[in-house]
Amino acid sequence: MERYYQKEIETASREQILAWQNERLVKQVHHVWDNVPYYRAKMEEKGLVPEDIKGVEDLHKLPFLTKDDLREAYPYGLLAKPLKDCVRIQSTSGTTGRRVVAFYTQHDIDLWEDCCARAIMAAGGTSGDVCHVCYGYGLFTGGPGLNGGSHKVGCLTLPMSSGNTDRQLQFMVDLEATILCCTPSYAAYLAESIHERGLRDKIKLKAGIFGAEAWSEEMRQDIQNKLGIKAYDIYGLTETSGPGVAFECSEQTGMHINEDHFIAEIIDPDTGEVLPEGSKGELVFTAITKEAFPLLRYRTRDICILTREKCSCGRTHVKMSKPMGRSDDMLIVKGVNVFPSQIETVLLEQGYPANYQIIVDRVKNSDTIEVMVEMTAENFSDNLGRITEMEKSLVSALKAMLGIYAKVRLVAPKSITRSEGKAVRVIDKRKI
Amino acid sequence: MTIPQISVFLENKAGQLADITGILSDNQVNMRAINIAETADYGVLRLIVDDASKASSILLEQGFILTMTPVVGVAVPDTPGGLSKVLGVISREEIDVEYMYSVFGQKDGQACMIFRVADTDALTALLEKNGIGTIAGADLGIH
Repeated sequence: MERYYQKEIETASREQILAWQNERLVKQVHHVWDNVPYYRAKMEEKGLVPEDIKGVEDLHKLPFLTKDDLREAYPYGLLAKPLKDCVRIQSTSGTTGRRVVAFYTQHDIDLWEDCCARAIMAAGGTSGDVCHVCYGYGLFTGGPGLNGGSHKVGCLTLPMSSGNTDRQLQFMVDLEATILCCTPSYAAYLAESIHERGLRDKIKLKAGIFGAEAWSEEMRQDIQNKLGIKAYDIYGLTETSGPGVAFECSEQTGMHINEDHFIAEIIDPDTGEVLPEGSKGELVFTAITKEAFPLLRYRTRDICILTREKCSCGRTHVKMSKPMGRSDDMLIVKGVNVFPSQIETVLLEQGYPANYQIIVDRVKNSDTIEVMVEMTAENFSDNLGRITEMEKSLVSALKAMLGIYAKVRLVAPKSITRSEGKAVRVIDKRKI
Repeated sequence: MTIPQISVFLENKAGQLADITGILSDNQVNMRAINIAETADYGVLRLIVDDASKASSILLEQGFILTMTPVVGVAVPDTPGGLSKVLGVISREEIDVEYMYSVFGQKDGQACMIFRVADTDALTALLEKNGIGTIAGADLGIH
């Protein structure tokens, strides 16, 4: 039996959803115009006034927002509420240059947690469940989002956060966790640990909600088989609140976008033109209920397809496919956003040439990242210890910049492949 | 008195060492001593050759990364305790040996060890004071 957290909303008619979107969009545009000079200037540049946006059909007239805008406006430039009305920030991984800080009013958090509650109930969750959350807690949205959703559903919530597998497994067994929330790679890792320790019969898991990184259908089958659960995808980004922007239902064929809160568009990443339903293109979100950080037409850079085909779960909200790639060069490694330019910055700072190659792979269901760096005459020494010291300091500088461990491999000069004079910066060997 | 040493960056992949020895062989460069220090991913190849300037320019031309370092050739008595005595003298003076290795063959009952230290003059003077000989490049066929 399909479960819903907010059935009337989740199964509303298309006309009803459109009516909500029209009304909320018009209101949101006024709110942003009045309170966010940064975006107002962008509208003025296009000769727009709020009255030009009468409903969803006018959405395409509005200017886009990108990650560059977020950087430029950091930290308060896109804030639409006085700080005294805000109760929380969350932030993306990454460093100074790339950091995104999102603000929330209590109302924003309520709505965000509602979205996560919908995801948990779509995965079969009820107040009788024990929800084991091992997404990271803190600035990362994963832990706080699912934690809040779990509370709303009324599950007994285990705020485990990430790491310490022994403790994770002990709580999972002793407290009979039934729903697991974490990244898919960590779920696969836990599944293997459970297998190795012969705990398969001692766990009570029935469902998992896995997101924050790309995962394949094969990986889903693998996790489902190893843990004897159903594994559901969840999508979101800090800029739009966090996980729960979209989630999978029992059909497991794409994620329903919470259209009462977000309007989704698919655009051509090169021209910015809106593409018809069913086209593959870049996903763009407009948050129509957020108060503190209401991004209009935010370009996610995720490439996917939207479909409004009737879903057997009864939900009427549009479904998005799993992201099929990016329209920029961002990599997601272990759930962390990595830009090649960040690695380049570190290399130059440490006196290495900007000719490098990033190799991303997935070993035993866990992402690995390796940076190939060319040795230079200046950095070379007859003393091996000096070279390894330099290598270590490069590894720590990369860790500080990226937030994750990246292996460094020093290679001979000019050994990094250049094709037509242009180096191939990223080799992603993951089969996703 | 010092001997010129060539150190070459070695990427840990098949055939790197053979490439270098091949290049030296093609150019009639004779190796007098060879030593490799390595990690799992890369290494440093240290060479004493008969013609260091020729060898280094050829290797640089071929795109290798290298550095030249003056090292000291120490005459070590080729008897039990020979090296121990030399190291004893050096360690009492707190001269830090970064690394050392041996040269192929021996001459007049003396083996030759290559010592890499920060201050080659200090080491040479110390050895002389203690009656330990150093070996000139010419003795190793280096020109």
